[in-house]
Amino acid sequence: MKTVEELERIRKQAQAMTRLREGKETTRIVVGMGTCGIAAGARETLSAIMDELAKRNIQDVVVTQTGCVGLCEQEPIVDVIKPGAAKVTYGKVTKEKARQIVASHIVNGQVVGEWVIASA
Amino acid sequence: MRELSLHVLDIVQNSIAAGARTVDVTVSEDEASDLLTIEVVDDGAGIPPDILESVLDPFYTSRTTRKVGLGLPLFREAARTAGGDLIIESWPGRGTKVRATFRMSHIDRAPLGDMAETVAVLVVCNPDVRFRYRHTRGARAFFFDSEEFKQALGDIPPTAPALAGVVKNLIREGLDPVQRA
Ligand SMILES: Nc1ncnc2c1ncn2[C@@H]1O[C@H](COP(=O)(O)OP(=O)(O)OP(=O)(O)O)[C@@H](O)[C@H]1O
Ligand code: FES
Ligand SMILES: [Mg+2]
Repeated sequence: MKTVEELERIRKQAQAMTRLREGKETTRIVVGMGTCGIAAGARETLSAIMDELAKRNIQDVVVTQTGCVGLCEQEPIVDVIKPGAAKVTYGKVTKEKARQIVASHIVNGQVVGEWVIASA
Repeated sequence: MRELSLHVLDIVQNSIAAGARTVDVTVSEDEASDLLTIEVVDDGAGIPPDILESVLDPFYTSRTTRKVGLGLPLFREAARTAGGDLIIESWPGRGTKVRATFRMSHIDRAPLGDMAETVAVLVVCNPDVRFRYRHTRGARAFFFDSEEFKQALGDIPPTAPALAGVVKNLIREGLDPVQRA
């Protein structure tokens, strides 16, 4: 079955990643999943983030969801929390922007300034 | 919302917020009676009887970030628009059940949409919650249990981003023969 092969591939990647990051803290990406977040496309945004991380063989980033943060007009909202750095909050994150955030912020460490709505 | 599967994702957020450990999502398509039924059952904190009436009112919410709670009223609206309705039952301390019905052939019924993506996102983002998804169409059925899936993972962390695509494909492949007319 295709799924079994797919899991085997992921297992190998995950093992390599775990060795690499021994003791290192992981980066977290948090997507707002309140009602208006979902209506604004948060599911597709989250899915695009997962897919972009998977394509780049990145297994040591944890993607989670949270409830409403009270900024409806900025949905979908995505937080990037890198260990040792301030939390960066992006607004109006379409699935295309989501992929760029992974490429720029997660992979290259470059915050995409123009989409940031808060940093703390 | 464009798709009923987005409402499902939203209604399950209530279950997660209520501290559920297990969430059962059931979609039944019954062409004979022209009825689509979507049920979300959780084992979370439940809703006290005195406020159960008001949760379908958009001006009731236990959230503090905003003054209106929209999830349940919007889902009920989607059901009523399609000739169905929504009921909510709750047992404080034991859990909650939300059931929405739709006339399958109703012209204003929103499409079910991408249930595979809804379940995949829930499973990978909430590793401590067990999700079971059952989908029936007439006599055909598909069943997914996140616990069984995780047992197949061995030492792969259940939050590995690549798993979202795996779950999505697994569900798409499983649903295909069920949904094919
Ligand atoms: N499964 C559940 N378990 C316990 N309480 C629930 C559940 N579903 C709904 N509630 C209660 O009903 C209220 C209204 O829910 P609803 O989804 O309509 O709005 P909300 O979750 O408060 O906000 P929104 O969905 O707009 O982000 C919730 O705030 C919560 O108190
Ligand atoms: S869901 Fe609207 S502000 Fe979060
Ligand atoms: Mg809600």
